[in-house]
Amino acid sequence: MQKFSTPLHDAAIQLVAALACLLVFALPARSGVNIQEVHSEKGITAWLVEDYTVPIVTLRFAFEGGSSQDPAGKEGLANLMSGLFDEGAGDLESDAFQEKLDDVGAEMRFSSSRDAIYGGMRVLAEDRQVAFDLLRLAIGQPRFDQQPIDRIRSQIVTGIDAAERDPNAQARKQWMRAIYGEHPYARPDEGTRQSLAAIAPDDLRAFRKSQFGRSGLHVAVIGAVDAETLKADLDRLFGDLPEQQDLKPVQRVDPRLGQEIAVAYDLPQTSIQMAFPGIERSDPDFYAAMLMNEILGGGTFTSRLFAEVREKRGLAYSVDSILSNRRYSSSLGISTATRSDRASETIRIIRDVVRQMADDGPTAAELEAAKKYLIGAYAINNLNSSGAVASTMVELQLAGLGRDYISRRPALLGAVTVDDVTRVARRLLTAEPAVLLVGPDVKKADAQ
Amino acid sequence: MTPTGNRLCAMFLGVWLGFGVLPAAADTQVAGETKISSFTLGNGMEVVVIPDHRAPIATHMVWYKVGSADEPPGKSGIAHFFEHLMFKGTTNHAAGEFDRAVAEIGGNNNAFTSYDYTAYFETVPADALEQMMAFEADRMRNLVLSDEVIATERDVVLEERRSRIDNDPSALLDEEVSATLWQNQPYRIPVIGWMQEMKQLNRADAQAFYDRYYTPNNAVLVVAGDVEEEAVKAMAERTYGKVARGPDLPPRERPVEPEQNTKRTVTLSDQRVSVPSFSAQWVVPSYSTAEPGEAEALDLLAEILGGGVRSRLYQELVVKQRIAVSTGASYSGTMLDDTSFAVYGAPVGQAALEQVETAVTREIARIADEGVTADELESAKKRFVRATIFARDRQTAMANIFGSTLATGGSVRDIEEWPGRIEKVTPEQIKTAAARYLVPSRSTTGYLLPQAKGGN
Repeated sequence: MQKFSTPLHDAAIQLVAALACLLVFALPARSGVNIQEVHSEKGITAWLVEDYTVPIVTLRFAFEGGSSQDPAGKEGLANLMSGLFDEGAGDLESDAFQEKLDDVGAEMRFSSSRDAIYGGMRVLAEDRQVAFDLLRLAIGQPRFDQQPIDRIRSQIVTGIDAAERDPNAQARKQWMRAIYGEHPYARPDEGTRQSLAAIAPDDLRAFRKSQFGRSGLHVAVIGAVDAETLKADLDRLFGDLPEQQDLKPVQRVDPRLGQEIAVAYDLPQTSIQMAFPGIERSDPDFYAAMLMNEILGGGTFTSRLFAEVREKRGLAYSVDSILSNRRYSSSLGISTATRSDRASETIRIIRDVVRQMADDGPTAAELEAAKKYLIGAYAINNLNSSGAVASTMVELQLAGLGRDYISRRPALLGAVTVDDVTRVARRLLTAEPAVLLVGPDVKKADAQ
Repeated sequence: MTPTGNRLCAMFLGVWLGFGVLPAAADTQVAGETKISSFTLGNGMEVVVIPDHRAPIATHMVWYKVGSADEPPGKSGIAHFFEHLMFKGTTNHAAGEFDRAVAEIGGNNNAFTSYDYTAYFETVPADALEQMMAFEADRMRNLVLSDEVIATERDVVLEERRSRIDNDPSALLDEEVSATLWQNQPYRIPVIGWMQEMKQLNRADAQAFYDRYYTPNNAVLVVAGDVEEEAVKAMAERTYGKVARGPDLPPRERPVEPEQNTKRTVTLSDQRVSVPSFSAQWVVPSYSTAEPGEAEALDLLAEILGGGVRSRLYQELVVKQRIAVSTGASYSGTMLDDTSFAVYGAPVGQAALEQVETAVTREIARIADEGVTADELESAKKRFVRATIFARDRQTAMANIFGSTLATGGSVRDIEEWPGRIEKVTPEQIKTAAARYLVPSRSTTGYLLPQAKGGN
């Protein structure tokens, strides 16, 4: 029963929401968060943080691409594939492979997002060799046997069935279609009953081959391993993959705003979601937007939305705003859930808070506090465990940011002025948002 | 891989992990790196220090030995509601000042309430530790509660209840399954409270609860991170040490369960449900109430029966028979009183829920009749011991292990000795635990079903 639920940021957003750090100046000396760049003989590059405090090695990697690469009519391919890497590889069928993995005590994980396929392993340092042999097989020679495919596919289909009558899940699908239209981002990650049925073992093999190329690979390692040893590991794990990925181009897409979607359903609460324009990482006002979002409805108990919606009026348990940066699209989202008879009051309050930010910008004190938070929170949110450090290093690489990014970040945030934030607030928050309402008796007009 | 998670079994899952196998002294050396220490302040506040020097960060937690199971009759939800009120102003600090101080240094802060404890935490740069202690010690005694903040915050927890429970058929069912499993023990009441009672909670209730339970002698301080014992001790003396000891609280003796002689079922049909599922539960001993070795055996039983993709339930129902989309078992051992053991499952494709339930029951019977193999017990033990090493990678995980254990009657020594006790469990003990506790005719089962056709 947390006082406040952690917003479900995805990894990329977390990165955006919590960058840079005064602490980090102290970190390399104190904590060993000293990122080395390691180049293997076969040309694989990885970021490495050596740390012998706990006898663990954590490896994370990502291939660019992800479910937005799913072929039309075979939606759900990336997601299905990521469920099959521990279901047999090389000469080892599913059961034998999992038994070996369990014996060696390695945790192996694969997952897919819209923009990448992720993998990773956490293992006790003494078992690294044997564990990495299994990971090498999984990456390079997954079997994709018919039986595990059918089993995992039927689990996914059951998951799709389970959400079929869930009003919030269905509304969410409708929302994605409305916002992204024909773009791959509009499609459900897990696919549909029909698209999953169309996937054959050869589709999985061809897809893995097209996605698992070294040109789109990003690797990060933290733990009890040195650079020389890691070089050999990298070649074993990734050295035999093809040099180039075979990715199909994905178009940029601006979310379609200025529309209302109302899903009437007899529920005890009305959930409210709004989408405003976002901002690209490369935009000169990106850091100003990060700070503006933090003040508006960011990750602390001190934001304007938190104060107005929850603290002063008790309208909702959670309310927040999130700046989202996908590879081909960006947006700013606000979400909350409120007692149904007070939904229109809540919408009015949120719109007032947004308007006020767009009209007047932040106060100097708010900006100062937000800078301190975003600068200080980096180490606490991103470097608090091996897994967090490894994920952060992969995300930094995916975003095209250098190893020095962590030390550059405080100055980038520090340079932002009240005028900068006011300008970017006007730019993002004066647009008429897309609004999604799910609750009893909701109508499109309620969104106003 | 389980692409769809089970939604039925969303009860509170306590994790009870230990540290290295070690000497029995209060001070402990692990792998030459981490020296965990514990001591008690003059006013009775217990302190645990877990050094971790990898980053200049510290996690500061105060655990109060009071949870929803300690609430007065008719006041359900007061423990959790009061947790929210702890974020309001004190005689020394206006509401929001503490939150702003945490945010200003990039920290995280929050709190959580369970059946047996309530905990408040901040993760901050290590050099802000004493400031956090000062704020936390201040609100231990100096909270100011006005009728106005009570009314607004009560609306917030009512919305929290609607979000977490009323909006979600599986959460609603879980709540009523618990109320059916527990007929006498206070775990039958949901942590968040019953709606009609939550609506009546008032300032007098909150003040009485505060005065009774929020004292240093009813609290455990856990500090994990870039800190040393001596410095923590000095800071704790300067802050918490100044808070006067409260009256001694009576022992936490609560009503216990009578023997269960029936098979109980609870069914919820909801139009939002498409895939049915079930969860069966039994009352079993916790680490606090078990005979020596019994809780460890139950923990290993849950792991072997349904702890992941290598478990018997998953292999048999999901992989071999292909009748379940998900299935597993869980044991919440870190509780003050007797606790629950649960199994769950949901069908895949054309399979029926009854098939899944029958197959789960058969797997339990196989262990109760034939026991487990030495190999699978060995693998399960290895997984547990490994988890204790992985836990050391996250200072908040370490702080949670120590805090929850000490708040439910355990000791630092119990945690240290846990891997050794796990090693000693025999296949015979697992078999005995299954046969003694997981009896189908004395289970409490919840069914989450789609709305019957033609119904509304």
